[in-house]
Amino acid sequence: MAKFKKHILVCGGSTCHSLQSHIAISNLKAILVEKNLEQEIQIIETACFGFCSSGPVILILPDNTYYKCTSPADARMIVEEHFISGKKAYDLMLAESQIDGLASNPKLLASPKKQIRIALRNCGNIDPENINDYILNGGYLALGKVLKERDPQQTIDIIKKSGLRGRGGGGFPTGLKWEITSKSQADQKYVVCNADEGDPGAFMDRSILEGDPHSVIEAMAICGYSIGASKGLVYIRAEYPLAITRLKIAIAQAREYGLLGDNILDKGFDFDIELRYGAGAFVCGEETALIHSMEGMRGEPTFKPPFPSVSGYLGKPTNVNNVETFASIPVIINKGAEWFASIGTEKSKGTKVFALAGKINNVGLIEVPMGITLREIIFEIGGGIQNGKKFKAVQTGGPSGGCLTEAHLDTPIDYDNLIAAGSMMGSGGMIVMDEDDCMVSVAKFYLDFTVEESCGKCTPCRIGNKRLYEILETITQGKGTMQDIDKLKNLSYVIKDASLCGLGQTSPNPVLSTLENFWEEYIEHVTVKKCRSSQCKAMMQYIIDAEQCVGCTACARNCPVNAITGERKLAHLINQDICIKCGACVEKCKFNAINVK
Amino acid sequence: MVNIKLSDDKIIRIKDICKSFNNEGGELINVLHKTQSTFGYLPAEVQEIIARELNVSLAHVYGVVTFYSFFTMIPKGEFPISICMGTACYVRGGEKVLDEFKRELKITVGQTSDDGRFSLSCLRCVGACGLAPVVMVGEKVYGRVAPDMVKDIINEYK
Repeated sequence: MAKFKKHILVCGGSTCHSLQSHIAISNLKAILVEKNLEQEIQIIETACFGFCSSGPVILILPDNTYYKCTSPADARMIVEEHFISGKKAYDLMLAESQIDGLASNPKLLASPKKQIRIALRNCGNIDPENINDYILNGGYLALGKVLKERDPQQTIDIIKKSGLRGRGGGGFPTGLKWEITSKSQADQKYVVCNADEGDPGAFMDRSILEGDPHSVIEAMAICGYSIGASKGLVYIRAEYPLAITRLKIAIAQAREYGLLGDNILDKGFDFDIELRYGAGAFVCGEETALIHSMEGMRGEPTFKPPFPSVSGYLGKPTNVNNVETFASIPVIINKGAEWFASIGTEKSKGTKVFALAGKINNVGLIEVPMGITLREIIFEIGGGIQNGKKFKAVQTGGPSGGCLTEAHLDTPIDYDNLIAAGSMMGSGGMIVMDEDDCMVSVAKFYLDFTVEESCGKCTPCRIGNKRLYEILETITQGKGTMQDIDKLKNLSYVIKDASLCGLGQTSPNPVLSTLENFWEEYIEHVTVKKCRSSQCKAMMQYIIDAEQCVGCTACARNCPVNAITGERKLAHLINQDICIKCGACVEKCKFNAINVK
Repeated sequence: MVNIKLSDDKIIRIKDICKSFNNEGGELINVLHKTQSTFGYLPAEVQEIIARELNVSLAHVYGVVTFYSFFTMIPKGEFPISICMGTACYVRGGEKVLDEFKRELKITVGQTSDDGRFSLSCLRCVGACGLAPVVMVGEKVYGRVAPDMVKDIINEYK
């Protein structure tokens, strides 16, 4: 970065990419050329800064100024104001509150607030397509250190001592997993990186792979050295084309630099990485299912034991870790197990990346120390609920997790506390809901997902979840009874007890946690047939207020099912038996005469 | 047995794809990915050829194709429309947007319009949760879509 005076870092993460960040780059380039500045100012495409709702975002270094750059006019204004007149383009700058909350990157900001970046340390800081950038930021130092100074067991001991637990959701101690695999005897072992991020609303693994692919490659090599494997495989979703491209570039560069391949750093250690593609099956996040999918089969889980660390890919010992787990490894080696273990709570060490989304002001990626409270995340980092609405629930752990309420806001977040509260860590999706969300519908939404994604192997999961879904459907249609609620509960426990894999065992969690925390909403649905959030269409009624209606006929003309009758200039009436509750009439009424009840 | 009606040219291309993966049964998913990106979908006759080339049963190929949501046996429309139904999009009104698309196009999820121009599908999280609700038409992403924008989006492609 030396030769240029200033740098423009343009976010090329998927969200900003969708918002045409590549066009922002060409706009900026054109104006720099026009102003003869292209020798002084360099444009680098990085990955996610974490301000996903404001993209395309750019960051100017060393001034630490974030701008939103949507149009050619924006690009012009930024270049002219920031670089030429030396002021700032205030209109396009991101709000202070947003930056304080999200980008607490210690390298960029003097006072990090609440966040500590370990797994995301390089995301948005470096050019992910340039290995030199990674190396300049301390990359591959850990691999060198391990190969030169530590034997495999010592390396495993560091990871064990750090207290790192699997970030894919299960929370199994990573060091222990490595140790078990290292002790399995075989002529060939495998290191697998699980990048099949199927949890809807979670995008941390994608951001790491897009923003810092080398950290994962380096960690996989360290793992290979520790457990005695010479082959690594990344199982990645085909839906992440940008992450795949960047990973491919990174692997090719690492090979070129002799950091992958035979005799790495002259230490007689061979290791190489290949990619395997997922094809859209949530269950493939489960280790055994993932391994079957890599073998070209249906991704159905099988019974454990044998664990993959004993018999996995092609029957060989296989160590499967998640992207975020791997991304934390190089830092642990460099800074030491004690340092990592000093962050977090007693049983959950280090940090966790969360994808904050839903009805929250600052949508984006955050990395926080374990033990932080939900209140700090939602109201300080996330900037509170959108449109000044009231917080209702936060869903963690995706389809396997649960909904937590106001009562849990001050619980310190770690693996064990979340499970005790009826949810789970999961891979790190965190969806915030406000007073307009109906919790029965939310449970139904997750069950719909599980029904679709159940692989069908175990009866309780395949049929049980379908029945759960149907019961929830009945309740949201206003036809539920108290017995239905009992059935929901009983069936949920049966599914949990009798399913083979994690998907089935956790699939009723959204139902159980909403039953537990929002019992009165279920009761309202079945007894008074009322949905307090006006989400359940069947229980809604569109009613024309005869006082307000002037008889303009706009509603009647726009009703797709001709449910509205009435003479011109006289109050109209909606026939509730015909009405499909589409809301077209409300939109067309200029006199606010139609109410939803 | 499926009666193979594909042109010779297409058969050769499928065989080439299989060969590029050494005709190995374990590479089935990679072969299917490549084939689908070439032909757009995986009809029975294509599966038949792949099964033969990789020396696995047709049932196995069919089992894999139907297991993974990424693979499809129905041709997509010229402009495939996908509505994100991830949680973030759902809580921000993705379902209403989907209803509007269904109404405008008069097709339901998994179908292709009669003129072959549009097909409708749901997907699970494109990871652009900051833009929820999200709609994709081909490769183009539309963020913060409201039901009243649906007509305009469709008109862009008419």
